[in-house]
Parts: sequence; structure tokens; C-alpha cells
Amino acid sequence: MASVRLKIWGCRGSVPTPGSQTAGYGGNTSCVEVLRDDETALVLDAGTGIRALGLDLVARGVRHINLFLTHLHLDHLEGLRFFAPLWHPQVSLDIWGPRSPVLSLRDRILRSFSPPLFPLDFRDVPAKVTFHDLPAEPWRTHGLSLVSDLVLHPGPTLGFRLEGNGSSVAYVPDHEPALAGIDGRSLDWLSAGAIARGADVVLHDAQYTEEEYGAKIGWGHSSVADAVAFSRAVGAGRLVLFHHEPDHSDGALEALEQRARELAAAEAEAPVLAREGMVLDLC
Amino acid sequence: MVDSEQKQLVLILARAFASNLSTPTLLADARGYLVFYNEAAEGVVGRRFSETGEMPLDDWIGAFEPRTASGEPLSAEREPARIALDERRPAHLSFVVTSADGVEREVEVSAFPLFAHTEEFVGIIVMFWRR
Repeated sequence: MASVRLKIWGCRGSVPTPGSQTAGYGGNTSCVEVLRDDETALVLDAGTGIRALGLDLVARGVRHINLFLTHLHLDHLEGLRFFAPLWHPQVSLDIWGPRSPVLSLRDRILRSFSPPLFPLDFRDVPAKVTFHDLPAEPWRTHGLSLVSDLVLHPGPTLGFRLEGNGSSVAYVPDHEPALAGIDGRSLDWLSAGAIARGADVVLHDAQYTEEEYGAKIGWGHSSVADAVAFSRAVGAGRLVLFHHEPDHSDGALEALEQRARELAAAEAEAPVLAREGMVLDLC
Repeated sequence: MVDSEQKQLVLILARAFASNLSTPTLLADARGYLVFYNEAAEGVVGRRFSETGEMPLDDWIGAFEPRTASGEPLSAEREPARIALDERRPAHLSFVVTSADGVEREVEVSAFPLFAHTEEFVGIIVMFWRR
């Protein structure tokens, strides 16, 4: 059975932020690869980080890709149009995402894949693309399982839990559990509680400082204090701070990490900042 | 769902909503279990939710001896909560209850089914008022 290994290709929130001030942790928006030992790929989210990943997958000769979208806000989707495998006729791409009460996943994604937002139409895409609503039951492949559940964020939004060979990772990049309460809540009433319960690693939204959050309540993202509180509530091993605020320079992010470590001083493992190129190996 | 014990997100949101309301409000899940009522409801029913805990909604309602204004026992089929659970449609009714503190109260009760998706029934929300 495979262990869970992840590579972060993008961890910025909201909008890409290229430039010298963000070079250390990266300016690409959310994209995480679940590293595989075969010729398939498993990808979480299609922010701009997926562009570089796509080039890498083409170079590696990967022909079958499963892409899991937490939700369809642009920072999790905007890289898809520039995902090199999409423009390769021998590639099959299965896109999985949250159900909507209104439109199919395909119709929602295609809104951003046609004029005037994009010069080409989706029917011009040469790859074989199939859209799926993520099922309620676990999705399994080669010893890995992925389960999803709706989490607290504006619009239908999923969190993911990956398990393999006794290791587990929760990926909840956009999440504001504080709106429904964290401290004092039993796990069954905690948004994403089951997704993240006891996970070895939790990649969790920590977009704001505590001061910034006061002006952003209800926007769907967490303060660093709430990220630490959530990680503690679910009994996670290590908290990886994700979905970095676009206005935060590398220095500001390191101050945020320091604050997280102060708040989690009693925890066994200190929180860390997600960074482009970071590999999380749970062997 | 990843875990049968995890509350559906709509119920989590409804609890957060109800917690901030001054209108007495309770929630039941799709099984018909009372899973939460707010502080305003505690004032009407005469008992804190932490003392009650989760339990079948019918048992909880039955304890208050619901009856018509003329004193006739109210059949379950007429209770708004039961209608919302069984028929998955809104319902409203006035009736009389005896609170846990022994006080007789006339209440107006409105119950609504909660659907996460068109076919995904996750429970009901019930709001009530003292008349």
C-alpha cells in the first residue's frame, strides 16, 4: 500500500503574486500533487501552480490524470486553461469536484473556458476530459483513498482526506470553521472535523493575522489563531499553513509562522508554512 | 460523508445561525433526532440543551404533552416537526405545551425541511414563539 507523499506547486490564496517579495514561499495559487510511482497523476486543485506541474507531467510522460477540485473559485481553477496535458491528444483527464444544486460541474467550469474570458472554446481541447461529481463514498486508487466532505466556505466547497499505508493528510485550503465555532465544539459539529481528525498532516487555510481577520469575517478564510485552534481540535500531527494572503511578503509570512508556533507551543510538532516545491513525505 | 457521526454542513451552519438568534429554534437531523436547540428555546422549554442531549424528537416533544387549545392530545401527524420530517414540507400550527418547569404555554410552531441538494434531505429547522 502506498504512503502519502505530496508536492506543493502553489499555496498562495486569492490571486497570484509574482515578485521578489514572495519568491521564498511562492506566488502561485493552490495546486498540490499527490506523488505517484506509476504513470498516472493525482492533483488537488488547479490554481496557477498547475501550469508548472503540467509541464513536468508532460516531460514525465504521464497520460492519465485525476484532478480533484475543492471548489471553483478562480484561484483554484485559473491554471487549468494553461495545464499542458490538456492540450495533448493522448492524455485523459478526469476532473472531480463538488456538486452544485444548480449547474453541473462541467457547465460551471466551462464558464471560464470560453469567450470572452478565454479565446478558445472547450471543444478545442484535444485531451479526453471527463467531469465527475465527487461521490460520497471514498475514491480509491493503487492503495490510496481519498474522501471528501463539504466544509465551511462560501459556495459548495470540499475538504479532502488522503490515506495510505497508515498515513493520512487533510487538505482544507479554504476554510473558515470559526464561523460555526471551534473551541468547545465536539468533532461532529466542527466543519471538516471528520476530514481532519487525527491526520498526520493538515494543510489548512491560515490566510490572515488575527488583526486582519477582524475585518474579513465571513470571507471564507481563517486567521492563524483559528488554524492552530482547528488543528488542535482535530488532534492533527502537523499543521501546514496554507492559502497565503496575497499582501503578505515572505517576511510577513514568517512572522505569521512565528505566531502560529507561539500559539501551538504545547503541541508536539510546530506549524510550518507551505512553500512552493515543498515535499511532504509521510513514509 | 466521511463519517456517519459528522454533522452535515447545512446542519452545522444552521446551528451557527440558530445560536445567534433570539427566536427559539431547534434542529433535528434526517433520522428525526433532536440535535440542537438554542438558548432562546431553553427559555421556553425550561431545560438546557446540555441537559437534554441528542434524542429522538418524538420523545422530546411528547414530554411536553402537546395538545390543542381545547385540551385534546395533538396527534403526531399534526405536529409541524413531524410533517416536515415525514412529508418534507413546511408546516405551521399553534398548540399548548407544558414546559419542563411545569408552566403551561401556548406556542406557535413553524417547521421547515432542510435540503443540501434537491434530493438530499439533511434534517429540519423548527422555530417557535410563545403566544
